[in-house]
Amino acid sequence: MTQPIDAATNDDPMMMATGDPRLVVELRNVGKHFGPVPALSNLTILAPRSRITVLLGPNGAGKTTAIRIITGALVPDEGHVRTFGLDPNVDGEQVRSRCGVVSAKPALYDRLSGWDNLQYAAELYGLGRNAIEPIRAAAGRFGIIEALDQQVGGYSTGMKTRLALSRSVLHDPELLLFDEPTSGLDPESSHAVLDLIREMADEGRTVIMCTHLLIEAEGLADQIIVLESGTDLIHGTQLALTERYFPGFLVRLDAEDPTQLDQLIAAPGVISVSRVGDVTEVFVDELNRVPDLVTQLAAAGVRLTRVDPYHPSLEDLYFAIRRERRGVDSTTGIGTFPELGR
Amino acid sequence: MNYRRMMTVMRTDLKQLQQSKDFWIPMALLGGLFFLVIPGVLLSVINSIGNIGTIQQVSQALQLLPQTAQDAVPQAASDGTKVSFVLAVYLLAPIAVIVPLTISTAVGSSSIVGERERGTGEFLAHSPAGVREIYLGKLIASLIPGYLTTIVGFGLYSLMVNLIVGPAAGGWFFPTASWWLLILWVLPPFLLIALSLVLRLSARVKSTAAAQQAAGLITFPLILIAYGQSTGALFGAAAVTLSFAMGAVAWGIGFALLFSGMRSLTRARLLGVANEA
Repeated sequence: MTQPIDAATNDDPMMMATGDPRLVVELRNVGKHFGPVPALSNLTILAPRSRITVLLGPNGAGKTTAIRIITGALVPDEGHVRTFGLDPNVDGEQVRSRCGVVSAKPALYDRLSGWDNLQYAAELYGLGRNAIEPIRAAAGRFGIIEALDQQVGGYSTGMKTRLALSRSVLHDPELLLFDEPTSGLDPESSHAVLDLIREMADEGRTVIMCTHLLIEAEGLADQIIVLESGTDLIHGTQLALTERYFPGFLVRLDAEDPTQLDQLIAAPGVISVSRVGDVTEVFVDELNRVPDLVTQLAAAGVRLTRVDPYHPSLEDLYFAIRRERRGVDSTTGIGTFPELGR
Repeated sequence: MNYRRMMTVMRTDLKQLQQSKDFWIPMALLGGLFFLVIPGVLLSVINSIGNIGTIQQVSQALQLLPQTAQDAVPQAASDGTKVSFVLAVYLLAPIAVIVPLTISTAVGSSSIVGERERGTGEFLAHSPAGVREIYLGKLIASLIPGYLTTIVGFGLYSLMVNLIVGPAAGGWFFPTASWWLLILWVLPPFLLIALSLVLRLSARVKSTAAAQQAAGLITFPLILIAYGQSTGALFGAAAVTLSFAMGAVAWGIGFALLFSGMRSLTRARLLGVANEA
């Protein structure tokens, strides 16, 4: 497993200076317009080596445009762009030959066989016309080798995604850019693809993945960048962002006599106690208060029927970030839990 | 400029065409119709019906041809043979222009916009291939089917003409020097001109349907020009010299359009991003 980014040390990419060799991708204050329409505005993405950076945002947030700018496929109107320390608009060929891209649409040639699609990529990426071993290895890795002789037009969506993933790693790239790689896949295939992405990061590759599916980023991302309307709202690890947006921890409790739980308000570290439906919700300042609370209640003769520490999901976090940016509920210091109606 | 990558783009485009029966069957039919069926039927009918009145009238009308053209016709031959000879050497020449221009523009018009529509433009835009390599690879891949059909059709047409008309005209006489020049020197630059314009169009329009519509508008006048020029070159008093000169001018225009056309393709256009220069 890759080590998570530690915001307390100089591992935090946001603390890295311009040109820091640890940064594989460096987009600072990038802007891009399509005619009068702004696609990116003051966007900053800093992706450190061998880490998975997830760009999270709704459709139209600028994720795809950001990927295109990283490889030099699009030229930004303003801002600083470096990939592997190179300007992709000047050294585009060098940059692109070290990147593997899987776009939201698999971008495969339906009339060609799977093998021919990989052969085409092998030749364009300089592996030559006899790249039999790299093709077999890449296809084998993603479980598509048996179907290579078939025309891609007859592939299922899952097979196409696997072939596109095989194509992206064929030339052993250092940077992998995945734009919604599980789009159109069933849950099992999505899970397999995400496992493979994690595996590739563990091998030392840098991964940037765009998604609007929060569940995909959960547990996968070493760094999350939330995008909206072409700009980055926030950067950080899931843990750091959770601590920032949810400084309190929630425990759901229940007892044979729920009224006995009201005494917790006087306990050390307890921020609030409230009854919501059948359960009592207790916010504490630290999660390690919970065993003390349970001991205290037991000593007071309270017979507990439920002790359920609740960890905010990435979805909770995402909506908390977006609400804060819209000026809603940014005053309490405690994130809200939409499903709890708070 | 990496020529290996350019050839890769070309080979892959050709391989896709080869896999598309819906493309090459009509292409083969078109070539067969223009190079074999229509001339074969005309020449066979004229040869078999003999010296009837209509043929004699047409034969007399041959006196309207330029003197050099009349001199090339075997004087001792029958009226039917004279008409067949003129038909084979002069009047059917434009087929050598229509067929390749039609086929190549059909291929070229969809080549760039087609990548965009299929989403494969995204793959090419992120690849190390340069836009000039992609452009040239696609241009050559569009040129080859049309030109190859013409070469094969021309070979079969030559054989057919010699077999049908040759015995009565005193032996195999086709292709003439002017025809060689037309096929090898005049036709290729006209194809280059047409494809440079069509690919430029294909890079700019939003759909294959739009590209094909507009390509028709571009190539129709070109076909007319090439038709007139090729006929004139074959008839003309100094046919060989004229063909050389005409070919040279066409090559010049073709290369100028090719170089300016290469600049029309950008990665943004491969991606289909609006309002991108």
